[in-house]
Formats: sequence, structure tokens, C-alpha cells
Amino acid sequence: MSKTSLRYGWLGTGGPPALVFLTFVGAWYGYSALVGPTERNISSPYPHAVVQTVFGDLSNLTELLKATWVTTKVAGVGLVIAMAVGILFAVLMSQAKWIERSFYPYAVLLQTVPILALVPLIGLRWGFGFKSRVIVCVIISLFPIITNTLFGLKSTERGHGDLFLLHNAPRLTRLRKLHFPAALPAMFTGFRISAGLSVIGAIVGDFFFGRGQKGLGIKIRDYTNFLETEMLIGGIILSALLGIAMFQVFGFIGRVITGAWHDGA
Amino acid sequence: MTSLTSAPALTFDKVSMVFPDGTKALDEVSLTVRPGEFVSIVGPSGCGKSTVLRIASGLLSPSEGQVELDDQNIGYVFQDATLLPWRSVQKNIELFMELEGVDKQARRENAAAAIELVGLSGFEKHHPIRLSGGMKMRVSLARSLTLHPGLFLFDEPFGALDEITRERLNDELIALFLRERFGGLFITHSISEATFLSTRVLVMSDRPGRIVGDFEIPFEYPRSEELRYDPLFAELSGTISQALRDGHS
Repeated sequence: MSKTSLRYGWLGTGGPPALVFLTFVGAWYGYSALVGPTERNISSPYPHAVVQTVFGDLSNLTELLKATWVTTKVAGVGLVIAMAVGILFAVLMSQAKWIERSFYPYAVLLQTVPILALVPLIGLRWGFGFKSRVIVCVIISLFPIITNTLFGLKSTERGHGDLFLLHNAPRLTRLRKLHFPAALPAMFTGFRISAGLSVIGAIVGDFFFGRGQKGLGIKIRDYTNFLETEMLIGGIILSALLGIAMFQVFGFIGRVITGAWHDGA
Repeated sequence: MTSLTSAPALTFDKVSMVFPDGTKALDEVSLTVRPGEFVSIVGPSGCGKSTVLRIASGLLSPSEGQVELDDQNIGYVFQDATLLPWRSVQKNIELFMELEGVDKQARRENAAAAIELVGLSGFEKHHPIRLSGGMKMRVSLARSLTLHPGLFLFDEPFGALDEITRERLNDELIALFLRERFGGLFITHSISEATFLSTRVLVMSDRPGRIVGDFEIPFEYPRSEELRYDPLFAELSGTISQALRDGHS
């Protein structure tokens, strides 16, 4: 990052993405003008109309922020559970080849079964509220955590392993002082990916499990039903921002923990 | 801890090594390292030099032959410094003591002494990523020094360093050797390094490795830089080089 920005000046930092953004907004205006040049445009409102409705009206914004907070809680709880479960399984799988072989197919299965196919079953089993939404988040974000942690645990250098073997360090000591710290950078890669996925899971869950507090997904569904397109787009923007924020938070924590010794990401 | 009358620090008696894939790495290697002796093994790449050290340290079991260690407390310095990147210099140097159950207070003191000894004072809190190759090697040395081993194994520790750093570390290693009086077994493919450091140089043949030469190095310690330009030094190096070539055919 710093090297590129030194070499390319504004081109290396925010310049190019800003240019793409402006082009995009321009195209949006063009499209809106083309399809519905009326004052209130249901299918494609002008960008400034979206900004006015969502950010210019405090009660609208509060409504969306409240929903964002509900989604954040669901995604956050789901992610924390996924981290605990994922690390536990990765550690178990790293300890013996047969454990890894026993569980790995199911980890892959978890990833390949379309979450939407599972959702009705989850609802019947665990109800249509907070709990089920969290379960969807856990399922969707578990796989990257397991695979990245496992990869990290197994990526220990042989020379480092020899140091511990020379001093007859027991398995638990090796895990604690060698494999686990060595796995941290890869673990955080997994957390970052899963943080974004967990937000997706929370919004998908909202579509099916509408009981309890209203999250972004439920609001998005409502806005669609009431043809409030500006607010619908606002909901999309906030869910995207939430995903990015979660991703960044784990990037930041990862840098705090591993930044002093690991150069990367 | 060391006296010339005591038992050898390390004995190999007709040690052979065949790896599971059928590669024969060592063929009836016999050698002894006495306390206060610094023995180097020179040999072509891939001749099984490193295997000698892995067997001596117990990381590998030989296929045949006997290995005897006087004291299980050995130092092992690898080709790479093998520092744990997430630990500071101080914490890396404390690692072996930690694994051996040395208490915190003693760890602090021994680490401080070792850091002083290898000239890394002021770098205690640095992580390995911020150190040069030579400094990393010093940390690696200090880490083993903390346990005051009776036998030190060196696996081409300075092979990846530039010539100037390498010669400086050679000097520092001799100073440590004179101070700690450990038995040393040093692997290298540099004849001049072996001759400069050692009391004895063993020459190893191509794979499967056999000992094909055994040379006493008569120079007094401490050894100065000028020794490298001494005619006798050159002559000895030449003889060792010849033995290496003969073993190569």
C-alpha cells in the first residue's frame, strides 16, 4: 500500500476507485433519465433522491441504522460462535490425519449445500426468530474459518518444529507456543472472509425469519413490498457498509495482533 | 563442566543411515568430539553432513551403529536462524529455557547475559523481521547459550551470510568457544572457515557420506584475522581441499 502510493501518487491511492465511482453514478443518472423521467421514480430513482430520502431525513436514517444494529448483533453473535466452533474443529483436525479425514467432507458439505435450501428446515426446527438467524450465520461463515485455521496450523516450518522436538515439548505446549501463533495470520484471513459472509447470512436469515427485532433484510423486504425504492437502496448501501466494516474490523485486529512480526495483508 | 580427562561429549560408532526412500546418506561414520574440542566436518553438498547432526541431536535415529552423548543438554544452531517470528529477541532467547522449565526470574537473567554476550543489547524488544541475517544468527546462538550446553552442533550457520559478517561471526564464535569451552561439531562447506575455527577438521565423501580425512589444526587460540593469510594455513587448507576432491571421485 505505502510503496504503491509513493510510486503512483494519487493514482496509487483513492484516485482510480473514485473515478470508477463517479462513472458509475453518472451512468446511474443516465439510466434513471432514460427509463423514468418522472418526479418519483419507482424502478430507478435518481441518486440524489436516494441520498435525500436516506440521509436527509433523520427518522428514515434512524430507522435504517436501528435495523443495521439488529443485523450487526445477529452477524456478530453468529461470527463469534463460528470462530469458536471453527477453531475447535481446526485444532482437532490438525492433531491427527484420521480426525481431519473424518470431518473434512462435512466441512465441504457445509459450504456446498445452498444455504437457502437449508433455511426452511432451520426455521421448523429452531423457530423463526433470532436463534435461527444466528444459526444461518454460523453455517455460512464456518468453512473459511476451519480451512484457513487448519491451513495455518499445518503451515509451521519444520525447523521451528525441530526446536520443540529437541526439547521434548509435549503436544499441548507445541500447539500453544508454536502451531497456534504460527496460524494467527491465516486465521485472521479466515475471520475477515467470514465476517463478510456472516453479514450475508444475517440478511438471508431475515428474509425467512421475520420474528423479533427487524434487521436489514426484513426492512429490505418491507421496502420492496411498499415500493419504497429509495429506502430499499439505502438498505442495500447500509448492508454493504456493514459487511465492509466487519471485514475492516478483523483486518484491524489482525494487524494489531500480528502486524509487528508478520508482513502481509 | 569440561575437563580434558572426561568422557567424549559425542561418539559415533559405525553409524549408517538409510532413509525410508532407500537413499543411503551415511556409511559407517565413526567420530568423537571431546569436551573443549572444536571439530568441523567439510563435505560436498548433499553428502549427509546435516544428517550427522540430526542423528547426534536425536532428531533422527540411525539405521545402524551406536551414538553416545555424554550430556543430553546440547545446543543446536541450524542453517536458518529458526527464530519464532511472533516472539521478540528476548522471548526467542528465553524459548529453550521455557521448554526446559526454567523459572521466570532465572530466564530473565540468563537471557540478559546471553544477549550481552552476543552483542545484541538494545535489541531485546525487536522482532526477527527487523533484524539482519547476522543479527538473527546471533539470537540463534544466544538462545542455545542460555542452557550452557556441553556440546554445540552447528549446521552451516553462517552459510547464508555475506563474507564480512561471516568472518566477524567466526571471531565471535571462537570467543564464545574459549569462554564456554563446549565441545563443538561444526558443519560447513567452506574449507577456510573450518580451518580457521577448528581444532580438528573431518572430510566427508560424496553420498553415502564416509569420513575420508581427519586433520589436526595446530594453531593457537585466540586466532587472529592474519591467520587466514598464514602460509601454513594455506597449506593445510590445500591438503584438506585435496582430500575433499579425492573423496569426491
